[in-house]
Amino acid sequence: MAALTRRAALATTTSALAAPWILPRSALGQQKPARIRLGISTFLSGPASVFGVPGRNAADLLIAQLNARGGIAGVPVEALVIDEAPGVNFLLGECRRLAQNENVDVMLASISSGSCLAVAPLAEELKLPNIMWDCGTQRIFEEGSWRWSVRTQANAVPEIVAPLLYLLKIRPEVQTVAVVNQDYAWGRDSWAIWKSAMEAIKPGIKVVAELFPKFGATDFSTEITRLQALRPDVVFSTSWGGELDTFVRQAAERRLFERSLFVLPLAESSLERVGKTLPEGVIVGARGDHWFLHPTAKDTERLKGFVTEYRKRFGLYPIYPTFHMAQALFALEAAYGKAIAANGGAWPSREQLMDTLRGLEFDHLTGRMKIREDGQGLEPMLIGLSKHVPEYPFPVLDRMVLFPPELVMNPMGTKGLEWVKTLSMETVAKTPAPIPYKA
Amino acid sequence: MGLLLLLATLDGLAYAAQLFMVAVGLTLVFGVLKILNVAHGSLFAIGAYLASTLVGLAGAPELSLLALALAAMATGAVMGPLIERGLLARIYEKEHVLQLLVTFALFMILEDVQKLVWGVQPLFEDAPVRLLGQVEVGGIFYTAYQLLLLPGVAAVALVALTWFLRRTLLGRTIVAVTHDREAATAIGIDVRRVHLVTFTIGAGLAALGGALAAPTTSLVPGIGVQMIVLSFAVVATAGLGQIEGAAVTALLIGLARSLAVYFAPELEVVIPYLLMVAVLLVRPAGLFGRTVLQRV
Amino acid sequence: MRGTLTVGAGVVLLLLLALFQPWLRFVSTIALSTGLAVLGIMLLLRAGQVSFGHALYVAAGAYTVAFLRPYLGEALLLLLAGAAVATGLGLLVGLFVTRYRDIFFGMLNLAFSMVAWSLLEKLYSLTRGTDGIRVVRPSLLGLGLDGPAWDWALFLLALVAALLAGGLVARYLGSPAGSALGAIKTRETRLEFAGISARRVLLQAYLASAALAGVGGAITALATLHVTPLLAYWTHSGELVFVAILGGTGHVLGPFLGAVVFELVRVHAAAAFPDAWQMILGFVLLVIILSAARGLAGLLDDLARRLGGRG
Repeated sequence: MAALTRRAALATTTSALAAPWILPRSALGQQKPARIRLGISTFLSGPASVFGVPGRNAADLLIAQLNARGGIAGVPVEALVIDEAPGVNFLLGECRRLAQNENVDVMLASISSGSCLAVAPLAEELKLPNIMWDCGTQRIFEEGSWRWSVRTQANAVPEIVAPLLYLLKIRPEVQTVAVVNQDYAWGRDSWAIWKSAMEAIKPGIKVVAELFPKFGATDFSTEITRLQALRPDVVFSTSWGGELDTFVRQAAERRLFERSLFVLPLAESSLERVGKTLPEGVIVGARGDHWFLHPTAKDTERLKGFVTEYRKRFGLYPIYPTFHMAQALFALEAAYGKAIAANGGAWPSREQLMDTLRGLEFDHLTGRMKIREDGQGLEPMLIGLSKHVPEYPFPVLDRMVLFPPELVMNPMGTKGLEWVKTLSMETVAKTPAPIPYKA
Repeated sequence: MGLLLLLATLDGLAYAAQLFMVAVGLTLVFGVLKILNVAHGSLFAIGAYLASTLVGLAGAPELSLLALALAAMATGAVMGPLIERGLLARIYEKEHVLQLLVTFALFMILEDVQKLVWGVQPLFEDAPVRLLGQVEVGGIFYTAYQLLLLPGVAAVALVALTWFLRRTLLGRTIVAVTHDREAATAIGIDVRRVHLVTFTIGAGLAALGGALAAPTTSLVPGIGVQMIVLSFAVVATAGLGQIEGAAVTALLIGLARSLAVYFAPELEVVIPYLLMVAVLLVRPAGLFGRTVLQRV
Repeated sequence: MRGTLTVGAGVVLLLLLALFQPWLRFVSTIALSTGLAVLGIMLLLRAGQVSFGHALYVAAGAYTVAFLRPYLGEALLLLLAGAAVATGLGLLVGLFVTRYRDIFFGMLNLAFSMVAWSLLEKLYSLTRGTDGIRVVRPSLLGLGLDGPAWDWALFLLALVAALLAGGLVARYLGSPAGSALGAIKTRETRLEFAGISARRVLLQAYLASAALAGVGGAITALATLHVTPLLAYWTHSGELVFVAILGGTGHVLGPFLGAVVFELVRVHAAAAFPDAWQMILGFVLLVIILSAARGLAGLLDDLARRLGGRG
């Protein structure tokens, strides 16, 4: 066969490829741009879209609000959203397209830690400011030094240390622990942090079962049977999304909550869905300092307005990824503002923007937070106990503790997994006083 | 130890029942249409999502079991003929690879359809499970749904299907087409109709599997993907088109898996595949498969 | 002669794309490496066999690069190592799976790839699970390149690999061994009567396909500089078969044409409909199968004939 002419091949191929990318690249300059373009990568398909879609929704809402109040220094903001579900190959191609073809000014990359680890080097290569808005692995800034990336939220270390301190504060007599984590990087990493920290603070607590059902599991019957037989004092699980919902329901249906105290550092994002199936007295975390009824911010106009508007548009209460998205956008707004001011009103270069992001303190929906010099964000950790109240059809948080970053986050230049070995009962004693739930 | 084995068996049984419900439809369709339907997992997912919607609509918990059955039947009755007449009927003459890919394309399309219809938030309607309450075995609580209803329905499905295929005229016609399509056509069997009926039953079984799973688990995007690969393993291990074989294999995989959770958790995920490789090493056409004579 | 012209036209076109659209350099590199893996799938399809597990060998090539990178600094050596490991694995698996045909062949390949995928996720301390492994950029031919220079080098490397592989496969298909491969699809028993071991012929093709996928995987790893277990997942294997059919199995140009179009459709669908790009790919596949079973290469061929007939 092989009877193809050059003309035919060219004609067909070019028409098949006729596309918007044959456009001139606009010149990069320091004059005030007509708009700020953001590239956002998030999960729009697959199981992690439970977080990805609320994150995207929050971005839509917040960017609309931002533009309504005049954009950033008078410049309107627009976002291009890409799906990170098909994997790293695709994501990196998409990031290049956004940077080199769509002339995106800032990238807001990723929920999955794998994606963040892959995008950080690319941001260096492209000299593209990158804000990691939701990925959790502590490895990013511990194992690499990135000129072009910052993270506007905490990481896995405080997210796990805080609930552990909380547990040991309220139940110092714990003897046995079992873990049921999803079998992938986060499930393994979070357990490693918990285990090292626990052995340092209270050696002698026995781990009676380490269960890692496969990622995406739909049935935890066997695990629950084992846990019922073993009767551990504490069941720890950093599962999330549909799997956490399933685990909670199946455990509740089989009365596992009556036998063990559950520590669920990501349960805030499942509360509305599982409803009061989740009993009272479960330790719940939110991957940071945010909740729609945040104890110190719930009566502020900013949070109230956001929650109302978000509910009106999307029919659900905002969960942690929406707050993480908000943190990234507020950080960006603050950084541009500060850099412009420092520049005497002139538009900042990308380098200036990055320099300003490091060390930046900014206000977000539930408080004020800081980005460290290495690019890592510092935010408090909100942990509480689930409680049933008549005003909501799902559990709320009671006896809330706001762990300050100094207590639960390893200092710059240290490795989290090593640092947690320095924790002790004294650290537990420094736990701030709990704040009760108030309607 | 004895108790542990018993517990593992009970868990394995419930899992096997769910696996069988999905695999049996796949193997039935393959037996007759000779098409391995990748979109079978999507039918499972649609059945599950629809069940969850209907259970929500039903309101009263007493009606929820009915809602599950209704969801399965509706999915089968609508999606089955739609896919068979609209798509598969056009490709019976094509190569196997192309047939497989048509269903793969369908799977890709249906994945997004689910997302567009039901969104990405996990759905969970466990009214049927709560309705049936709990059962205590050796100090361990099980749900009656998981311990009794799931294996019960699977057993009924197995018996009913074998009875249908062996004892009814339509069933025997289907079997005849499975054995020799040309001869069946020659004696005046309407193969078109057999295809339609079989595929609809298969789709209904996939949807029933999904509907039964719906009250026990959260429905998230991608739930069909999980199921399809696993049921491929069941079907290939059992031998293509083998209904009782699928039951035995599902049981083997279910038990092996729950034993693995107790004694070798690292192996849990790979067990179905290792089992498949081991079986095919010894019996190249599967546990119950027959080797077909090659035509020269 | 006209075949050479077509290939030349394709190369020129890709070069132009890469020249004027920097981000397409990367996408084209990925497309070419996918094309290499699909070339292997095409060999198997010639024998009437479809593997739903060749992502296994892509991942083998990619992970070999990631694991060896700390000890090896030269991209070409890493590439060869990736191909070698994939071929070795192909031999182990191939000795077993080539005893089977049709659905069983497909399912066994699927099973092996699923085992590999599970292991990549499970053996967390070794593979870092879903976080994946970062690959530090190696040198190429002893040159320490980075930025656009590296992109170009890798793109050209992929192009050369594709041309070489395409040429070799075309020659193989034209040889008696290639004809024997085609005979497995149509009349395997006769092949055996003629004293040719069908299994052996298939095994050769299988090894070649594993090697090609390994090279493709290695180039992918060098381009993305980050490998994750998703490379071995069954939907990725499905994509490879998808691209093979999209491009058409009649000509060695098919896989590359298919891969380039696949990546571009995906990129544009994802940009236009971020929530439903998968559905669009599905429809493209359906249309191709139902209306142009010989794939894009077949379409081009028909078009060329028609134009040739008139002119």
